[in-house]
Amino acid sequence: MTVTELVSYEDALAAYDPVMGLEVHVELGTKTKMFCGCATTLGAEPNSQTCPTCLGLPGSLPVVNATGVESAIKIGLALNCEIAEWCRFARKNYFYPDMPKNFQTSQYDEPIAYNGYLDVDVDGEVFRVEIERAHMEEDTGKSTHVGGATGRIHGASHSLLDYNRAGIPLIEIVTKPIVGAGDKAPEVAKAYVTELRELIKSLGVSEARMEMGQMRCDVNLSLRPQGADKFGTRSETKNVNSLRSVERAVRFEIQRHAAVLGAGGTIIQETRHFHEEDGSTTSGRVKEEAEDYRYFPEPDLVPVAPSRAWVEELRGGLPELPRVRRNRLREEWGLSRHEMQSVLNAGAIDLITATIDEGAPADQARKWWMGELARRANEDGVELAALPITPAQVARVCALVKEGSLNDKLARQTIEGVLAGEGGPDEVVTKRGLKVVSDEGALGTAVDEAIAANAAIADKIRGGKVAAAGALVGAVMKATRGQADAARVRELILEKLGVEG
Amino acid sequence: MTDLTRLTAADTAARIASGEVTAVEVTEAHLARIEAVDEKVHAFLHVDREGALAQARAVDEKRERGEELGPLAGVPLALKDIFTTKGMPTTVGSKILEGWIPPYDATLTQRLRDADVVVLGKTNMDEFAMGSSTENSAFGPTGNPWDLTRIPGGSGGGSSAALASFQAPLAIGTDTGGSIRQPAAVTGTVGVKPTYGAVSRYGMVAFSSSLDQGGPCARTVLDAALLHEAIAGHDPLDSTSIDQPVPAVVEAARNGDVRGMRVGVVKEFAGEGYQAGVMQRFNESVELLRELGAEVVELSCPSFDKALAAYYLIAPSECSSNLARFDAMRYGLRVGDDGTRSAEDVTALTRAEGFGPEVKRRIMLGTYALSSGYYDAYYGSAQKVRTLIKRDFDKAFEQVDVVVSPTTPTTAFPIGERADDPMAMYLADLCTIPSNLAGNAAMSLPCGLAPEDGLPVGLQIVAPAMADDRLYRVGAAVEAALTAKWGHPLLEEAPSL
Repeated sequence: MTVTELVSYEDALAAYDPVMGLEVHVELGTKTKMFCGCATTLGAEPNSQTCPTCLGLPGSLPVVNATGVESAIKIGLALNCEIAEWCRFARKNYFYPDMPKNFQTSQYDEPIAYNGYLDVDVDGEVFRVEIERAHMEEDTGKSTHVGGATGRIHGASHSLLDYNRAGIPLIEIVTKPIVGAGDKAPEVAKAYVTELRELIKSLGVSEARMEMGQMRCDVNLSLRPQGADKFGTRSETKNVNSLRSVERAVRFEIQRHAAVLGAGGTIIQETRHFHEEDGSTTSGRVKEEAEDYRYFPEPDLVPVAPSRAWVEELRGGLPELPRVRRNRLREEWGLSRHEMQSVLNAGAIDLITATIDEGAPADQARKWWMGELARRANEDGVELAALPITPAQVARVCALVKEGSLNDKLARQTIEGVLAGEGGPDEVVTKRGLKVVSDEGALGTAVDEAIAANAAIADKIRGGKVAAAGALVGAVMKATRGQADAARVRELILEKLGVEG
Repeated sequence: MTDLTRLTAADTAARIASGEVTAVEVTEAHLARIEAVDEKVHAFLHVDREGALAQARAVDEKRERGEELGPLAGVPLALKDIFTTKGMPTTVGSKILEGWIPPYDATLTQRLRDADVVVLGKTNMDEFAMGSSTENSAFGPTGNPWDLTRIPGGSGGGSSAALASFQAPLAIGTDTGGSIRQPAAVTGTVGVKPTYGAVSRYGMVAFSSSLDQGGPCARTVLDAALLHEAIAGHDPLDSTSIDQPVPAVVEAARNGDVRGMRVGVVKEFAGEGYQAGVMQRFNESVELLRELGAEVVELSCPSFDKALAAYYLIAPSECSSNLARFDAMRYGLRVGDDGTRSAEDVTALTRAEGFGPEVKRRIMLGTYALSSGYYDAYYGSAQKVRTLIKRDFDKAFEQVDVVVSPTTPTTAFPIGERADDPMAMYLADLCTIPSNLAGNAAMSLPCGLAPEDGLPVGLQIVAPAMADDRLYRVGAAVEAALTAKWGHPLLEEAPSL
């Protein structure tokens, strides 16, 4: 492995124009596999979800999963693609032990969807990513290489094969060359994958969890000298499997290509591995010649010919797409584009929406999810949605605050209790005794005591310096150990001192 | 006492149903016949004695309980070793699958069981159904009961030989380029390649998916029809299976009649390479059809000349992909796995040892034909020829109801004669291949013995897709007329072994 001296990002962009191509594989969330009736549940006992067809036993045959085709069409429509009136599956022939038939049933020159686009927001501007095609195929099994240091096949003593994943439906979505992104290329790549993930989730065809391998991205990148028309040689960085990694991989490859080209070298067309630890890529397999997959139409399957009526029915049934929805919510919630971008990046849109649906005011819902809860998620290193609190519970906390039972501080403690597994908000409030002191008698006494103890301040207030009331409120809050409604305390102080608030 | 092995399937079933004989007696008679002659013939790769008797007992018990029996209940059958049989070996004539016990039944196997047909065992075949002589079996050749030094046809030579040597009244074959019809022709039996998609391919080990078709083999046209009806029909597990009612083949076989029918004779099916005695019997058959009331029309199908070339690109291409799964990872033979070799090496060693020369030849041919840069010239052109052949048939069937030809240009040739000459071997399928490429229906039935060698000659009848019943209507008429002329079925002239 040769260590590449990188060129600074700015220098690289000064000399070269990056061209990207993104290939994203999405595992569909169908109940059964693409060509047989086996279950697709994640985490099952190895090889327990297999049958003659997905094991490639002699004599077995595939049958197309209609839901898989429907999902593919929905994705195609949401990506503004044309939907083929007639298309076929094709066999992609190559040998690998985790591929039961030693060919992958895929699509070749007749994809189900083609010629589309996806608009993404980058720094408040819209960037259009053109889609070449979206096609249906099946996943392979999974190899686990045992006995080597790296977990890769080199150095392994043997490999274990699990065919549970073999035959799970995949949609491969391929962009046209993405040109014109310039120095925003890494952000465009990340924004595209983010938007695509949101889109897939909104269609309900997959959970698209990258950390679970349900969505996987290959990044193709080449540089051409600024002003040149012809594309340079590309590298293919495989399995870049988080949003952040997509951005980093593009950035790294831009800098690496620029270094190689700047030193008079040539880029080799090769597969590269991405390393999460430091964001670098290293050379994988060199493609000495284009791999020959000997594609030919799959003779075991009949062509897929979705009727126009069905396609239109599916088009009519598409949900509000994420970007449209986001723009609507942004206006409803009164946020700037930048603020909305933060909400999106935090993965909080659905959580906030759900909290509002449970009755919370928009600003309160956003405040909790983007503030306290985002901080906690960040601290714990988990997705926001993975926190052990539900939108309904957050909405309940908002309601308790609104009715005056909790103040801000107590609300935070309540949420802490919920996150700690102490129960729902009401339970936490009871267990921890977090009720605001609303007994007017007790509060009156505390106010009287505070006035008596701070005579000088009280005089200032009487003299019209209403702002000084804060100090007395503080004293009362301290005396009640924070369990008083600060607004009510202030009212009482001003009332007792005969001052108009 | 009646020799139970000499009965037709229809007669056997009737006798079992009436209680005249039991299914166990019938099965035992056939097992005894296998015991007596199969050492010489080598039709079977595996005989399932216990399984067959158990099935037969179940039929007898059903009858004793007063349950209605199906039209083939208790009739023994020889199953080509290309269909998966749960718990029974399935080798496809190849070393690479020696010892493999499938965990599932093919749809066809299941339908046979549902029909209470008694499966005697699995029959020999050219490895992966590639061949026209059964010499390519990894387990040794099969002899032709008419002359054991000659081939019984292929790839389904085990099935045809089992019928002709009275080891079973019914058999199953598969036909990719003629593997049902050519063995039927050279053994004096009846074989039908139904319309592509009529019989499920689920559980039939694939050679060339777009051409492969399972079908019935028997000693009479009616028996073939009864078996056809039992195994045909839509199967949701096979996407290419036709979702339409099965044509009324049994009714057609019971009502043989060609009066008013137009019969086409394709002039391309004649000439160089056709044995004189074969043409003589064929021409007599055409004359017979005319006498029986058919109108004979001469036709030209110019694309048929290119059928063999197209076939030997399409079939190897598909087989190169279909046979890729035999990689020693999940089932079958595994060679060289001594802990020092990579999976890739083990796969290569296994395939080198497990596949025979003809299979390797076709995998290499197909891999080459599909390669980038050659695809259009080879696979692409072959598919175009296929379209032309379909059009020729379409045009022919605008003028005629069925097309007839010799099934195969020559009678059975001696074992070994063409083993080193693949081209000569491939010519055996000259007349049968066009129907596979077009996906229509075709039958071979005996039309006499060639005067020069005394060996059976087959008459091929071809009908449009989903008009399989026409084969049986014409076939039954010809069979009845010829049997009357000969005074007995042709097979009675075969040596008794």
